Amino acid sequence: MTYVITGSCIKDDSCIEVCPVDCIHPKPGAPDFETAEQLYIDPAVCIDCDACVEACPVDAIFAEFEVPEKFAYALELNADFFAELSTAERTAA
Amino acid sequence: MSGTRPRVAIVGAGPAGAFAAACLLRARGDVEIDLLERLPTPWGLLRGGVAPDHQEIKRLDDTFDRETLQRGCRFVGNVEVGTDVSHSELMRHYTAVVYATGAQTDKSLGIPGEDLPGSWAATEFVAWYNGHPDYREREFDLSAQRAVVIGNGNVAADVTRILALSVADLERTDVADHALAALRESRVREVVVLGRRGPAQAAFTSAELRELGHLKGVDMRVDPEDVELDPVSREWLDEQGTFTARTNVKLLREFAARPPRTDAARRISLRFLRSPVEIRGAERVEAVDVRRNEIVRSDDGALRARPVDEAVETIECGLVLRSVGYRAVPLPDVPFDERSFVLPNQRGRVRGPDGEPLPGVYAVGWIKRGPTGILGTNKRDAEETVGCLAEDLQAGVLAAPPEPERERIDALLAERKPDLVTVDGWRAIDEHELALGSAQERPRVKLASRDELLAAAAAQATRSRAGAPSS
Repeated sequence: MTYVITGSCIKDDSCIEVCPVDCIHPKPGAPDFETAEQLYIDPAVCIDCDACVEACPVDAIFAEFEVPEKFAYALELNADFFAELSTAERTAA
Repeated sequence: MSGTRPRVAIVGAGPAGAFAAACLLRARGDVEIDLLERLPTPWGLLRGGVAPDHQEIKRLDDTFDRETLQRGCRFVGNVEVGTDVSHSELMRHYTAVVYATGAQTDKSLGIPGEDLPGSWAATEFVAWYNGHPDYREREFDLSAQRAVVIGNGNVAADVTRILALSVADLERTDVADHALAALRESRVREVVVLGRRGPAQAAFTSAELRELGHLKGVDMRVDPEDVELDPVSREWLDEQGTFTARTNVKLLREFAARPPRTDAARRISLRFLRSPVEIRGAERVEAVDVRRNEIVRSDDGALRARPVDEAVETIECGLVLRSVGYRAVPLPDVPFDERSFVLPNQRGRVRGPDGEPLPGVYAVGWIKRGPTGILGTNKRDAEETVGCLAEDLQAGVLAAPPEPERERIDALLAERKPDLVTVDGWRAIDEHELALGSAQERPRVKLASRDELLAAAAAQATRSRAGAPSS
């Protein structure tokens, strides 16, 4: 299971502040932070604690099984962001 | 206590001003804040910019309210700084003034015909459908079958979507009633969206682009040739492109591969590598002439669009919405950088003509950094400005104002604007709009004229207590 951030994210970083396992990226100060259109949750790290859902001021975060139909794409999109990130890191290394 | 606590005026109650107020209250609990706003309502583009079908984003108003107005920050609405009260008057009454006035006008295209009737800044259309009281009287002619939207950013996506949405979908939003009435009668069947550069460089977020491609009853047309990336763009996308740019290209390829839908009520056509060269018409807009561009890498490595020397294409239309960016306007008696269209500043400290910080004057949001970023960007921006302000307060750099008593500024404002709107007035407007909305199963029905807004606010003032802003 994982939580998922949808397209209504405003990049308010409240979720990053409360995440106990640091699974929400990019973080302020990261090179891709300013160009990112939203924040993403790493499904491999998320522990389903619900803290980000409580913190989000625009209700942009959902549990995987509660993602509304119009945001169905978001599960794959969040995972893709981290898949691409790790490819980039491997390439850079 | 009054007169001994630092008093700060924040000019502009949009997201930047609200984030700054919230941040300042967290940093310095002893500061008294007045949030000055030229409209009778707070939250700026959250109310007047964010599209009516994006209600989830508008929920940020709860956070703003909880972190500012509910924590003692005062709302002083219907007061325009520079007109009703001057900068120097504010400096006589406040320890510091923070400008959060945003970017209030649009960039122009600089092509012939731009000012023909029927050619509008997209921001005017946005203000109109979102019930901004200064735009209620605008009349957008929606009688022609085709509209052209110039630009590839999220404002372009928003206006395209509003033109394409079904009446049933619009009726569920808080779109202004006068706009709903006009859009009900709209005969627009196709919206052509022109992007100067290619699909890889489109400034849409992938969320906005995806949404455009999934509207009920709307056919999304993208020319497969347009999404064939040129070698320069392909290389750029692979090496420097953002996650959003790659997602956008993927989405556009999906759209291009779709078979045309003949049953659709409306159509959106995304055209790339096309620049308008002239808007034509005898009395009003009849067509836009566009020229094809190619992407080249300039000497500094950036990709730019270069016109291709071939015949222009004419796109007939009756409405043009230009969406190529916002621009800030100078404020009376405050320095302005005419090249960057911002208040000259260092980390939010506004600088005077000699380059030195003007004590007690700050900037936050678009008037500080230019019109970039999204809502949450203003939070970090506010943290920076408020950090400087708190540092200056701590260091004793800011002298007490000549007239520090709250009563004095309240008396001045009440004299200049007997109909200023306090937090009670705003709450009355808010409750009134929500009640109207609830009766129609809509999130809100906006009062879209200054008179109606002020009447709703005044009704409350007579119920509770008239006069100066409540503390």
